[in-house]
Amino acid sequence: MNGLLQQDLNQETFTINLGPQHPATHGVLRVKLVMDGEYIVEAEPVLGYIHRMHEKMGENRTWAKFLPNCGRMDYLCALSYNHGYVAAIERAAGIEVPERAEYIRVITVELNRISSHLLWFGAFVLDLGGFTPLLYAFDDREQILDLLESVTGSRLTYCYFRFGGVYNDIDDSFITGTREFIKRLRERLPMYDALVTKNIILIKRLKDIGPISKDMARRYGATGPVARGSGINFDVRKHEPYSVYSEFDFDIPVYEEGDSMARYMVRMKEMEQSMRIIEQALDKLPEGDIQPKKAVKMVKPEKGDYYHAVEAARGSFGVRLVSNGTNTAYRLKLRSPTYSNLSLFGEATKGMLLPDALALMGSLDLVIPEIDR
Amino acid sequence: MLLARIKEALSSLYEDIQEIQEAPEAAEAAEEVETAAADAAPAEDAQPEESPAEQKESDSEEASEEAEEPPAPPGPRETDYKTKGYHLDAALPPEKVVAAAEILSQQGFFIEAITGVDWIDEQQLEVVYDFNHFDELCRVVIRSRLDRNEPEIPTISHIYQGANWHERETHDFFGIIFTGHPNLEPLLLPEDADFHPLLKDFKA
Repeated sequence: MNGLLQQDLNQETFTINLGPQHPATHGVLRVKLVMDGEYIVEAEPVLGYIHRMHEKMGENRTWAKFLPNCGRMDYLCALSYNHGYVAAIERAAGIEVPERAEYIRVITVELNRISSHLLWFGAFVLDLGGFTPLLYAFDDREQILDLLESVTGSRLTYCYFRFGGVYNDIDDSFITGTREFIKRLRERLPMYDALVTKNIILIKRLKDIGPISKDMARRYGATGPVARGSGINFDVRKHEPYSVYSEFDFDIPVYEEGDSMARYMVRMKEMEQSMRIIEQALDKLPEGDIQPKKAVKMVKPEKGDYYHAVEAARGSFGVRLVSNGTNTAYRLKLRSPTYSNLSLFGEATKGMLLPDALALMGSLDLVIPEIDR
Repeated sequence: MLLARIKEALSSLYEDIQEIQEAPEAAEAAEEVETAAADAAPAEDAQPEESPAEQKESDSEEASEEAEEPPAPPGPRETDYKTKGYHLDAALPPEKVVAAAEILSQQGFFIEAITGVDWIDEQQLEVVYDFNHFDELCRVVIRSRLDRNEPEIPTISHIYQGANWHERETHDFFGIIFTGHPNLEPLLLPEDADFHPLLKDFKA
């Protein structure tokens, strides 16, 4: 007993739990921290608090019945998950998608991406102690939710895409509403820049803090804004153009610094690019069907395995499916971006101050149900 | 061209596994033909990629095997990207996976995911590794089949640190043991979980 006590006294580190109920983790994530004063010696994320085994669910229901599950993983960018899943099945079963449906998919996914980035923007600044921007961001995001609700029928956990198309056509009021929203956000973004991006407190909290190197991103398989903030020009929409993304003119914001500020800037600039894509898609929106002429009834992909990736708001979301030729998946693997992005947290935060590590965690843009699946 | 480069690099792993991969009957047949094919002209053209030095050394043996070559020689297989979604598919025995990961890492690939598939009818578990490249579109799939009753495969988490979590997850779901893994504790399942839900014979 005495020896044990002595050992504890000699050891100058202590262990604390961050979470599983902690506002900075944005959900039920726990991080086991070994601390030396205010400095982190070791950080180990503990996952699984909201694990629901979506992959097993995929194996015990038909392909179509799994569709609603897609909106319940990354609940902030549910349409990207819709897109990844239906695109994988369309590739496997060789289903053709009418052009109008693809355009509608792009428009709605990009709207969803903006809403996801807006929520991240508000919540991230909230993590750093600034309360007001959250209210502004939610005000903007509300407009998108209204627009998406009018076509998809839901506000958050969308289940809008179908094999071969989309469930509902967009109408004129959606198109004018979207154009108005873009006009509005274009006016708001400079204000965010002036109030938040150029704010000296924000800069001091983010600049040169939480560096993630190119090589670290590669070894951990980080994608999305995390990789692009580390100088990696990788976006599935450009790298591996799916849907009709090759028909639009847009840029991929890449920042070389690798710090939390760079990841912040990537997302802020991405919203502008998403608006460019939406505008072009609305201009070019073709007339026609939103589902194949011959209705897709029973999907039975040929035996074999298939992979399809899309760019979700947080990075590359991949679906690897193994079909045995029946109407149910033999194996359905969901590669979620934040899972890989968070896995580098332990290495990246070694020796960092705890408040800086929380800033880094915020800049990773975590959605816990997507990590735990 | 990245695809050609990585294909060639991965081919080197197959040099000594000609026999392991072949079905036992085929190997026996090869021995029988050996004498007959001794003076047959060596059909070098159709040979799989191998280092030229070794080819010359084992000319006669190679020729005999060539004489009744099975339709697909072992080696990384190029797949149709449009329908499959990946470019290169390499099936390897478990002990070769680390070498493959080293090759991919040298070429700058990043790891997308690791997962398993339970082939219960064949009493096998398959481990599937997905790799991709940041600069050029090239998706590489490495797969390895394990005995379902003794699923063991060496870890690649010392090469790709991101593999750490993917391997833990695969251990959670399938019970596959990644030897040498620094911390093969349940990650997504409860810490005392002793079940593997993605096995086909798992009943809740």
